Amino acid sequence: MKEKLVLVGNGMAGVRVIEELLKLAPEDYDITVFGEEPYGNYNRIMLSPVLAGDKTIDEIMLNDEQWYIDNDIKLHKGKKITEIDRVNRKVVAEDGTEEPYDRLLLATGSTPFMIPVPGNDLEGVIGFRDIKDVDSMLDSSKKNKHAVVIGGGLLGLEAANGLMLQGMSVTVVHLMDTLMERQLDEPAAKMLKKSLEDKGLHFLMEAQTEAIVGKDKVEKVRFKDGSEIYADLVVMAVGIRPNFELAQQFGIHCERGIVVNDTMQTFDPRVYAVGECVQHRGLTYGLVAPLFEMAKVCANHFAKMGISRYEGSVTSTKLKVTGIDLFSAGDFQGDENCEELVFQDAARGVYRKLVVQDNKIKGTVMYGDTIDGTWYFDLMRDGTDISDFRENILFGQAHLGDSGHGEDNRVAMMSDSAEICGCNGVCKGDIVNAISEHNLFTLDDVRSYTKASSSCGSCTALVESLLAHTVGGDYSVAPHLKPICPCTEHTHDEVRAGIKSQSLKTVQSVMDSMDWKTGGCTKCRPAINYYLLCQWPDEYQDESQSRFINERAHANIQKDGTYSVIPRIWGGDTTPEELIAIANAAKKFNVKTVHVTGGQRIGLYGLKKEELPVIWEDLGKAGLVSGHAYGKALRTCKTCVGKEWCRFGTQDSTGLGIKLEKLTWGSWTPHKYKLAVSGCPRNCAEATIKDFGVVCVDSGYELHVAGNGGIKVRATDLLCSVTTEEEVMEYCAAFMQIYREEAHYLERTAPWIERVGLTYVKERVIDDPEGRKAAAERFAFSQKFSQDDPWGERAKGVDANEFTPIKKLG
Amino acid sequence: MSENWIEVGSLNDIPQLGARVVERPEGDIAVFRTKDDEVFALRDHCPHKGGPLSQGIVTGTKVACPLHDWKINLDSGEAVAPDEGCAASYPVKMEGDKIMLSLTPAEGCPNK
Repeated sequence: MKEKLVLVGNGMAGVRVIEELLKLAPEDYDITVFGEEPYGNYNRIMLSPVLAGDKTIDEIMLNDEQWYIDNDIKLHKGKKITEIDRVNRKVVAEDGTEEPYDRLLLATGSTPFMIPVPGNDLEGVIGFRDIKDVDSMLDSSKKNKHAVVIGGGLLGLEAANGLMLQGMSVTVVHLMDTLMERQLDEPAAKMLKKSLEDKGLHFLMEAQTEAIVGKDKVEKVRFKDGSEIYADLVVMAVGIRPNFELAQQFGIHCERGIVVNDTMQTFDPRVYAVGECVQHRGLTYGLVAPLFEMAKVCANHFAKMGISRYEGSVTSTKLKVTGIDLFSAGDFQGDENCEELVFQDAARGVYRKLVVQDNKIKGTVMYGDTIDGTWYFDLMRDGTDISDFRENILFGQAHLGDSGHGEDNRVAMMSDSAEICGCNGVCKGDIVNAISEHNLFTLDDVRSYTKASSSCGSCTALVESLLAHTVGGDYSVAPHLKPICPCTEHTHDEVRAGIKSQSLKTVQSVMDSMDWKTGGCTKCRPAINYYLLCQWPDEYQDESQSRFINERAHANIQKDGTYSVIPRIWGGDTTPEELIAIANAAKKFNVKTVHVTGGQRIGLYGLKKEELPVIWEDLGKAGLVSGHAYGKALRTCKTCVGKEWCRFGTQDSTGLGIKLEKLTWGSWTPHKYKLAVSGCPRNCAEATIKDFGVVCVDSGYELHVAGNGGIKVRATDLLCSVTTEEEVMEYCAAFMQIYREEAHYLERTAPWIERVGLTYVKERVIDDPEGRKAAAERFAFSQKFSQDDPWGERAKGVDANEFTPIKKLG
Repeated sequence: MSENWIEVGSLNDIPQLGARVVERPEGDIAVFRTKDDEVFALRDHCPHKGGPLSQGIVTGTKVACPLHDWKINLDSGEAVAPDEGCAASYPVKMEGDKIMLSLTPAEGCPNK
C-alpha cells in the first residue's frame, strides 16, 4: 500500500513540493490536492503583468488539469477544507468530501490584510491576491474612472500601475512619507515616486484612511484630516497575513504563521507546512524564492531521504513595472557600525547604495540601473570580502577586469536578437520566450531548454539577470551554497571535507556515504575523481570512466571524432631532433593539420584513436612526452629568450621556465593551469594573463597570480617579489598546491581568487612561511605519483582496450 | 523480429560504465556496459552533431555525448528531453559471457 499524501492549498508552494517529490520518489505516495480556487496551479507573481495587460491568465498557468491526470494526482478544485481530524488522520471539505492522510501538507498561503475601517466590506473594495481580484479590477476598469490603491508598497504600486494602464485615474494612498519604505531608502523612493508620477499616477502621502464611504458600493475614501477623494474601486494592498486559521483551529501550534522546524514539520509530526502560511525561525516570507527553497526541503523529507534542512532565506525585491528598474536586498538602512557606499547620477536617473560592514555587503538599494543587482546579492549572501575591489565596486562587475562582456551587460536594454550565449548561439529573445512559455524559474531550467550558459558558463550572470528580469525579482535564485549538481545536496567544499574526514577512497564510496541521489553524472563524477586524487595522491586508483574522454584518451577529441596530439616542448625550447621527430610522425600518419599552438608547442590534428599509441611510441623515441594539452592539468610554461639573447633581458627566463615546467608537469588541477616567465617588464611571454606568471626584473622576480586570457580576460594580481630562483620555485609550488586543494573543480585560478580574496592567498603564501613550505612539500609529494608520461605507458600497452575497437566488420 | 546476430566479444572486454566500438563500413556501433553489467548498443553517432557516443561518460542507463553533452538513453537511443533526436539502437543479448549483437536496428529511429 502506498502512503497517502494530502495537500491543502493548490498554490505555487504546495505544488512545487509535489513536483520535487515526483522527481525524487514518484511511486511513494497516492497524492490528493485540495484547492479553494477553481483553477489549476498558476504563477501568482505574474498577476501584476496580467493586470497590466502584458500577459493572459493562460500564459501564467503552471500546471493545467492534464498535469494532475498525467501524474495520478486527485485534484479537488474549488473545495475548501474546513476540518482536520488529526486523531483519525483525515481532512474534511466544506461540501463533506473526506480524504484520509498518512502525511498532510498545509500550503494555505496568505490573505490580503484589510484595514479595519468602516466601509471596508462595501462592494468595490478588494484585495490583490488572486485571479478573482484581477478579474474584478479589469471589470471595474471598463466601467469606472476612479481607483484608489491603499498601500504604497510593492504590491500596491504594481496594482496601481496595472489599473492605470487599463485606463483608470489612480491615486495611491500611503501612510508613510516615502514609498516602499521596507525596501527603499529615501533617495531611491523619491526617484521612484517621480518616475511613477511622470507615468501618470497620483499620490497622497502620509494619509491615514479613516473610512470608506458609500451607500451600496464604494463612493469615496475619507481621511483623518477630513479630506475626501472619489473612488469607484478601492484596492487594499497594505500587506498580507499568513493564512493559518485552519491549522490553529485544529490544534497545530501557530504564532504569526504555522510554526515549522528546519524540515518544514509542524508540531504534529505527520503534518508539514510550506509557503507564505508558515513561520520559520520567527520569520514569515512573501516571495517566491523562499517558497521554492522550502519546497525542496519538504520534498526531500517526504521522499524519506532526510538529509536536507531549510535554514531561512535572504531575499531580494524587484518591482514588476515596465520601465522602472529597482532592486533591493538585505539591510539597506544600516546602523552606526555600517558604512555606506553611494553612487548617484540624477540626470541619468541612476542611484546605487551599498551598506557595508567589515568589508562585507549587508544590503543594497539600486534604482535606474539594476544590472549588477544579482552580483551584489551573490556577494552579500556569500559574505565575500570586498576589500580587494571596493574602490570599483559601485561601477559594477563590468569594471572588474571583465573586459570580454563589459558593455554587453545592459541586459534590459538589449534587443531580442542580441546574442547572450556565444557558445550555443542563443539570443535574448530565445531565452525570454523559453522562460515565459515553459514557466522556467531556475538557471538549470533555462540551461536545459535553451542551452544558454551550458557550455563555457561565461554568460551565466547575463542569463540570471534575464531570468530575474523576466520572472520578476523573486525568481528562484540558486541556494546560498550551491550543491555540486542535482545528484546531491552537498557543496564542493563539503565533499572535499567528507573525503578527508571519512577517509573515502573511491568515487562509489563518496556517493554512498554522502547520500547521493543517483549513480552520479557528468558533473559530479569527474569532480569527485579529482578531489580523491588530490587528497590521496599515493593511494588513489584513478577511475578513468569518471573522466572526460580527453583525459581518458590523453588526447583532445575534435569535432569529427578524431584526436589531436601535442607533445610537451619544455619552456617553448626545442631542438632540431625533436622537430624532425614531429615532422616524421606528421608525415607517417598523414596528419592533416600541423599547427603552432598558443602555448609555444606544435599540434598534430586529425589522428584516429587507434593511431594514438603508435604515434606516441614514435614521438617517445625522440624523448617527447605528453603535453597534457587535453587535461585539467598543468599545460605549458611560455617563455621569452631572456638575457641569453635579448638586449633587454634581465634574467634567464627560458631556463627558469623550463625548471618550472619540469617541477609542475603531470599534475592534475581543478581546471587548466598555465605558467609563463618573461625576461623583462616588456613581458613578451604574456605572464600577466597566466595562472602563475613570473616577470623578471633587474632585482629579481615579480610573481603574478590568477590571470587568464580566454573567455573573460583577467590580468594577474601581483603576489609579491622575490630575489632567487629557489624562491620562485617554492612560491610556485605552494600557490599551485593551495589552489589544487581548495578550489572547486572546474574553477580556474581567476574566479577562485575572486571568491576567496587575494588577501587570503597572500596570508597563506607570503605571511606564513611555514605553511608555504608545507604546501610546497605536499606538492612535491603529490608529484612523485603524477610524473609518469601517460603516452609512454600507453605506447607500451596500458589501457589497450581504450584505443582499439572490440570488433571490426567488413 | 531481430536477426543477423553476431558475437562481438565478452563482457570483460568492456569496462563498467564504459563502451567499445564495433567498426563497420556502414557506420560504427557503440556497445555500452553499465554499472549493473547491462549491455546496450547504439549507432555511434549522436543525433545532434554526430559525436561518437562511445567516447562519452556513461551514467546510469544514459551516455553523455563527448562533444556537446547531450544525454542519450542507452535503451531507446532517444535523447533526454528537452533535447530531441535519437540514435538507432541495436538489440543485444548475452549468451553466457558472450555479447551477441544484432546488426538489424530496432524500429522507429531514422538515424541508422
